[in-house]
Amino acid sequence: MRRIFALVVAGALAVPMLGQSVIPNSPGRKPAFAIRNATIYPVTSAPIANGTIVFANGMITAVGVNAAIPPDATVIDGTGLSVYPGFIDSGTTIGLVEINSVAGTVDTTELGTFNPNARADVAVNPHSNVIPVTRVSGITNVIVSPEGGVVSGQSALMHLAGWTNAEMTVKAPAAMMVRFPRLRSRPVGDVAPEADAARKQRRSYREEIENLRELFRDAQAYAKAAQARAADKSVRRFDRDLVLEAMVPVVEGRLPVTIEANLARDIKSAIAFADEFKLKMILVGAQDVAQFIPDLRQRNIPVILGPIMTLPPREDDAYDLIYSNAAALHQGGIRFAFRSNDAHNARNLPYGAATSAAFGLPKEEALKAITIYPAQIFGVAGKLGSLEAGKSANLFISDGDPLEIRTNIRRVFIAGEDIPMDSLHTLLYEKFRKRP
Amino acid sequence: MKNKNILLRVACAIALALALAANGVQAQERVTAITNAKVLTVTNGVIERGTVVIRGSKIAAVGADVAVPAGANVIDGAGKFVFPGIIDSHSHSAIEGSVNEISLPNTGMVRVADAMTADDISPYRQLAGGTTTALLLHGSANAIGGQSQIAKWKVGRPISEWIVADAPRTIKFALGENPKSANFRPPAGVERQYPATRMGVEEVIRKSFIDAHDYLARWDEYEARRKRGEQVIPPRRDLLMETMADILRRRIDVHSHAYRADEMLMLMDVARETGFKVTAFQHVLEGYKVAREMAVERIAGGTFIDWWGYKAEAYDAIPYNVALMVRNGVLTSVNSDSDELARHLNHDAAKAMKYGGLTEEEAMRLCTINPAKQLKLDHRIGSIEAGKDADLVIWTGHPLSSYSRVETTFIEGEIYFDRARDLEMRKQLAKEKAELLAKEQKRRTE
Repeated sequence: MRRIFALVVAGALAVPMLGQSVIPNSPGRKPAFAIRNATIYPVTSAPIANGTIVFANGMITAVGVNAAIPPDATVIDGTGLSVYPGFIDSGTTIGLVEINSVAGTVDTTELGTFNPNARADVAVNPHSNVIPVTRVSGITNVIVSPEGGVVSGQSALMHLAGWTNAEMTVKAPAAMMVRFPRLRSRPVGDVAPEADAARKQRRSYREEIENLRELFRDAQAYAKAAQARAADKSVRRFDRDLVLEAMVPVVEGRLPVTIEANLARDIKSAIAFADEFKLKMILVGAQDVAQFIPDLRQRNIPVILGPIMTLPPREDDAYDLIYSNAAALHQGGIRFAFRSNDAHNARNLPYGAATSAAFGLPKEEALKAITIYPAQIFGVAGKLGSLEAGKSANLFISDGDPLEIRTNIRRVFIAGEDIPMDSLHTLLYEKFRKRP
Repeated sequence: MKNKNILLRVACAIALALALAANGVQAQERVTAITNAKVLTVTNGVIERGTVVIRGSKIAAVGADVAVPAGANVIDGAGKFVFPGIIDSHSHSAIEGSVNEISLPNTGMVRVADAMTADDISPYRQLAGGTTTALLLHGSANAIGGQSQIAKWKVGRPISEWIVADAPRTIKFALGENPKSANFRPPAGVERQYPATRMGVEEVIRKSFIDAHDYLARWDEYEARRKRGEQVIPPRRDLLMETMADILRRRIDVHSHAYRADEMLMLMDVARETGFKVTAFQHVLEGYKVAREMAVERIAGGTFIDWWGYKAEAYDAIPYNVALMVRNGVLTSVNSDSDELARHLNHDAAKAMKYGGLTEEEAMRLCTINPAKQLKLDHRIGSIEAGKDADLVIWTGHPLSSYSRVETTFIEGEIYFDRARDLEMRKQLAKEKAELLAKEQKRRTE
């Protein structure tokens, strides 16, 4: 199998080609594995020294010091190694972009303002080279999120393995992505503002929010009509409207809305908007989030922070504004997770979490914010995010703390399948290391 | 009368000399000692529990058994790590809106030093990430860009003091997608500029040096005829050709932006043919494919460790690039090209341990002594050695750990960032801001 990979890579580098060897969501038997003598970090309970973890048919069956190893299991000696649940990146464009500057490979941003019917899971390329590059770093699951417009579309929670989109998909839609309208007070670049630029900007900002409100009101009306028709077939039939139909689970509070807002005034507007429409809101980006702890706690709104390795938005911000947000949320008792908001370097997700720990977040919390917390936020804590019997075997073996940069990831399992540790990068490395 | 005047003058001179001497003594004797810290010297190993003595702008002593001079300001470094100031071999900070003189394929006559500003916030944020020195380059919009400037982040001091006066002159070349304007559309009504292909980029550089040889020949002819006593009009001075000539005379180092392996080989060929030297390839994403050729030509490489896929020419970029270049004997550094990445180049250095298995010491070199050598300033910066500039950073943990943060950053013995001081300053700034807003509020209501 690996030789086939190498041949394909050598053949056509311009074409995304690294195949997936696993079928996470396919039915049928999958091999049993047991990792023993390892330090196991279940995340939801204390670390287990000299522990054993057993998984079969894609599911974890036992975790503990004395977990029984089934006779048919492939046994991996974990002496000196650690086992962690696979990391979950709460916001990426993985699979939607291969090369940013080549338009033909970019499927992140649909035209127009409102695209609630755009679905990330249908556009993910399961054979993107970004997928193996990311998963060999221990990230086994990602939220793939559309970008652009105001209502960008439906994000999906995916395994980073699978021959098809369907096999990769854990949950779709995971959330409705909304990039909340922003009031830009300053002109972009060196262009001198028009005399009434500020007034114009305020007007267009108000219009944007009013248009968004109208979309949500229309969706409420559509949901009502759909309910009436479902309950009573004598209610007049109406043509389906896919935009409004996609909004129904949102206005009915069944599908969470990830609302990206960063500056204080935008976060404030976003929260007010979610109040008005009784949305199941998840705040995303949230650079000024520390000013809103009581508001978020009162409404039980979780937060997705990131990217962490980014500059503060204003010149006079504290240099560590972004680094310190996670600690503030932790102290305020707000549930939060991290996202990379990236594709190619989503693999650096754990180092943003670690940087948050350098600025006041307890280390265990940093780990939880890329494992169990995102699983909770996206409603999949029964399947993912920790090492517990009954959960999907999404996990990795490392030679140390995986939030430390120098730590190596040795093996990765997604839904119980042994993931090849190859990627475009390792293959090019091996190829040129052997250059005579 | 005359004598009195002389006496007065002598007295004045003595007073002045004494005053100067006193000042000098004062400056020299401002002594700081960082004690009990783990000192990562980079060039002479790790001192588990060491002392670094700073006298004036220089490191006076470093070691396990160094005595703390009487009267020294002592900073207890117990549990802390001391590391050299990080050197960023590719930066565009503090060049307000003037990174690219985009108007010609060769703008070698312009200088970054003429466009530097001291009010960019980025250098301060970089100090908070342990970065103290940077090579400020022209952009990559043209095949031959402007002349670069090496500077230290002496935030709060006039810009003239940021400039490292004895640093070598350097110039930026650029190959590939950027100088051929592959990813930018010119504004409406503006025609696309030559070159539009890698062929054109090669031609621009080659022709520039051939022109420079002709330019030098014209001057040589002129000098020869003048010396023979002929009445001759001197050739016209051309600032661009003067720059190109200085590159040929090895008075300006070439740092060339390059992504693809083939274009690096191209520049090596042009350099051989026209007689200049490439000091370093910048970004050098495919350096791993031609690391051997780079090593033979003694061309250094400054790279991002893991950026990839953002353009076609970055699709073969691999994080193992650094390790492969180092293993082939290329003088390698990690650099930022970014106000953001410049705040955590320590992370990028650490990644070279993960990707390709460099040792901790090799990894530490990537952001300290190696860029110092690339900038030909390793006699002054890049390691913790007696006699070198006191550009030092105190970290809460090992600088290659993602859990570490910077406590204090020194440049030439002066503190330019201190976390405790920063936290204090925030309160003051918040107060000042509130007062200004209240004042404005009052003005509006009146």
